[in-house]
Amino acid sequence: MTFINYASREINCKIVYYGPGLCGKTTNLQHIYDSTAPQAKGKLISLATETDRTLFFDFMPLELGTVRGFKTRFHLYTVPGQVYYDASRKLILKGVDGVVFVADSQEERMDANLESLYNLEENLQSQGYDLLNIPYVLQLNKRDLPNVVPTDELASELLRKGEPVFEATASQGVGVFDTLKAVAKQVLSELRKG
Amino acid sequence: MAETPVVLHEHQFIKLKSVLARTCVECAARVVLLVDRDGHPIAFHGDIADLDTTSFSSLAAGNVAATTSMAKLIGENVFPAVVHEGERESIFISVIGRSLLVVVFDERSTLSLVKIRTKKASYEVASILEEIARDSETQRQSETSFFSEITDDDIDSLFS
Ligand SMILES: Nc1nc2c(ncn2[C@@H]2O[C@H](COP(=O)(O)OP(=O)(O)OP(=O)(O)O)[C@@H](O)[C@H]2O)c(=O)[nH]1
Ligand SMILES: [Mg+2]
Repeated sequence: MTFINYASREINCKIVYYGPGLCGKTTNLQHIYDSTAPQAKGKLISLATETDRTLFFDFMPLELGTVRGFKTRFHLYTVPGQVYYDASRKLILKGVDGVVFVADSQEERMDANLESLYNLEENLQSQGYDLLNIPYVLQLNKRDLPNVVPTDELASELLRKGEPVFEATASQGVGVFDTLKAVAKQVLSELRKG
Repeated sequence: MAETPVVLHEHQFIKLKSVLARTCVECAARVVLLVDRDGHPIAFHGDIADLDTTSFSSLAAGNVAATTSMAKLIGENVFPAVVHEGERESIFISVIGRSLLVVVFDERSTLSLVKIRTKKASYEVASILEEIARDSETQRQSETSFFSEITDDDIDSLFS
């Protein structure tokens, strides 16, 4: 949940990257980390297995600038995508202000995308949130690969509410910031609504 | 909006800081931090040196989130405190509603001292946090919220 500190004049928001195993969530954060100025970011913390799969979460704080004299700080998290880490995914969703769903565009990952999206809806509900009411963006990742499902087909399967959709190749940084901007904008607009 | 934003005002921040400062002295601690359960750092007092308080807060919250889930699996509702004892530095985390009081201490103090001395502080912190939660709810309902004046241009300018 958004945390507004009048003493330090800071707004803290939490954004979570969700999606099936190996879809590229950690790669999104890594790219954001690699391409932001040192003064705008903190450490990238990765709680990962020996083989670089996310075990609990990745975390990085990112400062985007000031709105009306308040520093806006986004806490970016990824969840572990592997199916059996569901307990961890639930924990990371607590207090979330905005969600990015990273889909893997490869044909053979279509079922995994659907399963993960369904899991997201369920886990949000168990925390009292509704996907339809929270800031939400869909990213279609790995567009560089040869065996991808056409964009419109993928979108028609995965779209939930006319959310913004971005094609991405996270490993080359393509579409990563567009995705982040879209979700951050929605989070700040929500704040305005109160 | 998923949940009411927490709004922390200057006078409440000062009250929290003074409780932390006193607790730090009474516990003979190195650092005392107050962290939101979602991992947002709220306030701290003590010898921060090169401690990365942002990363530390997020990990403390993740740590408590994991142990709380473990508690539920074995039929406990919550572990009210989490302790990590190192060779020189140790960490004591006390769960206070939606927040965590984290004490970092070394051989100049002891776990039993920290446990006793944080008890009173926990009640004080809890009552300030309740006040903050009440005010946040009132603020949300008031039409003249500062943030209602944010414009599209303000938001766009963040990304230029
Ligand atoms: N070709 C290609 N590979 C990608 C792309 N994005 C990520 N990858 C690769 O996919 C693999 C998995 O990426 P991660 O970012 O670790 O995936 P993850 O979603 O964090 O996976 P979990 O932590 O298990 O949930 C890595 O080898 C990445 O380099 C992309 O856009 N194109
Ligand atoms: Mg990962």
